[in-house]
Amino acid sequence: MSLVLQGIVTGILTGGVYALMAAGLTLIFGVMDIINIAQGAFVILGAYLSYWLSVHLHIDLFLGLFITIPVMFVLGVILEWLLIRPLKRDRTQLSILVTYALAIIIEGLLYFFFSADNVKLFAWYTTQSIPVGPFYLPLIYLLAFALSVVLLAALYVLLYRTKFGRSVRATTQNRAAALLIGIDVERVAALTFGVGVALTAAGGMAYGATTPFTPNSHYDLISRLLVIIIFAGMGSLGGALIASVGMLVIENVTSLLWSPVWASTVFYVLLVIILLVRPQGLFGKFATRNQ
Amino acid sequence: MTGQYSKRFYRVFSFFGILACLAMTLAACSTGGGSSSSGPITIGISLSTSGDFSADGKAFTQGYQLWAKDINAKGGLLGRQVKLVFLNDASSPQQVTTNYQTLITQDKVDLLFGPFSTLLTKPASVIANRYGYALVEGAGGGPSVFTQGLHNVFDVSLPVANNLNSFANYIAAMPAATRPKSAAYATEDDPFTQPQVDSARAILEAAGVTTAYYKVYPAETTDFTPIAAGMVNAKAQVVVTGTLLPDVSAFIQAFHQQHYNPEAFIATAGPDQGTQFLQSIGGAATAEGIMVPNGWYPDLNAPGNAQMVSEYIAQYGGTKSDISSDVPEAYSVGQVIAQAVTQNNSLDQTKLIATLHSGTFQSVQGPVKFDSTGQNTQAQAYLFQWQNSQLIPVFPANVATAPVEFPKANWPA
Repeated sequence: MSLVLQGIVTGILTGGVYALMAAGLTLIFGVMDIINIAQGAFVILGAYLSYWLSVHLHIDLFLGLFITIPVMFVLGVILEWLLIRPLKRDRTQLSILVTYALAIIIEGLLYFFFSADNVKLFAWYTTQSIPVGPFYLPLIYLLAFALSVVLLAALYVLLYRTKFGRSVRATTQNRAAALLIGIDVERVAALTFGVGVALTAAGGMAYGATTPFTPNSHYDLISRLLVIIIFAGMGSLGGALIASVGMLVIENVTSLLWSPVWASTVFYVLLVIILLVRPQGLFGKFATRNQ
Repeated sequence: MTGQYSKRFYRVFSFFGILACLAMTLAACSTGGGSSSSGPITIGISLSTSGDFSADGKAFTQGYQLWAKDINAKGGLLGRQVKLVFLNDASSPQQVTTNYQTLITQDKVDLLFGPFSTLLTKPASVIANRYGYALVEGAGGGPSVFTQGLHNVFDVSLPVANNLNSFANYIAAMPAATRPKSAAYATEDDPFTQPQVDSARAILEAAGVTTAYYKVYPAETTDFTPIAAGMVNAKAQVVVTGTLLPDVSAFIQAFHQQHYNPEAFIATAGPDQGTQFLQSIGGAATAEGIMVPNGWYPDLNAPGNAQMVSEYIAQYGGTKSDISSDVPEAYSVGQVIAQAVTQNNSLDQTKLIATLHSGTFQSVQGPVKFDSTGQNTQAQAYLFQWQNSQLIPVFPANVATAPVEFPKANWPA
């Protein structure tokens, strides 16, 4: 029983980390109708930025986010202006190609600057844990989960309590109508892309502090992130958190009670069943847009 | 109308069919080794500079390049300089197939060196065999490479299936009173790791060490938490993991966090990666007592080993403990193929394959003699352990520089 409980708890905590990475992806899709295949590469770039600050400037991983989040935000805005905005037709399809190319470029640059060596983020809290009943909860997972909750809450406030958030939601609901009522849709898109990419700085730090990574780690990540947002419903922020936690809990419990080989299979079977019943995912666009 | 299209289609089909046949005939005529008899000898290699094996690909590149530099400094091979032609396979079995096809039919290389990993060596050896090339390699030691019925593949390193046997034999030989009673096993579903773990498990079970946990996990796993939790929960005295660097690092972090201190902990690969391993686990203090099997160590008394070690340090920096075991595996490939080519005084692939099957060769990993399947019968399995920031041989006794640290030290606070 304690093993199942442990699987559920670690699934929830790990799910928080994945939610942080998936939130940006689903936000970008919701507003811009583009699928950012480079999201995984941005996560790994964020992890390397934290690594560089930690190793060379000895800046704590969490404090380093005050540098990496703004840097990634600016990078996102610039890349949107350079690569996404020129796509006038077939945006959704073309964005897949463009962002895939971007992922490969980021990967290549990371190989050039950091080599193919496996690296990992370390701080005093990455190996510490807190005793809870019969097992220990890793401190880094608790901190990463807390970070995830704080950032997702901040994102919620940004979207639902600010003028910019209203613009974003208006653009999400109907881009043409938003344009008609005077919203600068292109500016909203650029800032949204920036916010989506900025979130990967935090996601990357949390990922790098729990898992060794190399420049090519983004391939495994993006496939999981896409599954999360399809499960959640493309464009749903709250759904991304629930889907992340759901996926990790199902995989963890299956792995612990049965076999790691079946962990993903069980989740994917469940995903297919849910998509058959609700093709738009658990919290698909329509549900989100009525929030 | 339909008839006209059919005729046109037939003509076009026939034309391209004839072209394809011509191309295949030309390709067949031009292969089997040898481009021109002057100029540098070209050696085709597919390595992983991206993907899961990119870290090993980097170390293998270093090993091949060190060998090429050495042989060129000595006047080359058959009086000609050697030139390495590298292609990136991105750790993909599909890409490695394309790469060797390209190296043979387009680049028309004179010789082939193997890729990294059993997973990639299997398809590479099939392509090399199709064109009559010998594929000498240093990291494709999984049993499945040698059960394909091929006679052109040669592994200069230790046969993988026996890698962990030195560790299992050490535990089995312990007095019954102190011998561990239980073991936990977790391995990737990889042809390199799983056979080793299964072989060690059979030896340990025969010695009365019960299996408290045994799980196989997909190689693409990114979250190792539940597997680590399963091993922690099993509370076994011995942990045997069929891993590469990323997963063993994740297991170590999880064990550390869960305050789980097994008495013995061995991984098929990862702890042999020198500095990279230490960087990925947070330093040498955490590495204390962790074991890894291998067929080479920096102080091994083997031809050219001391020179290779000093050259590596001069070129890439660090200390001898920082040298990945991939480097000598790659270097040995060059040494063995050079001896066979020199013995034949020819680059003819048929002669090369025959000589490799019959001869005995020397390498930085020790003597090499291939059996009929291409496995090195002379390779010896050593057991290594991290002690005081150094990875040192601890078993068997004739090469041990210190006794095995058992039980393993607890994780640092």
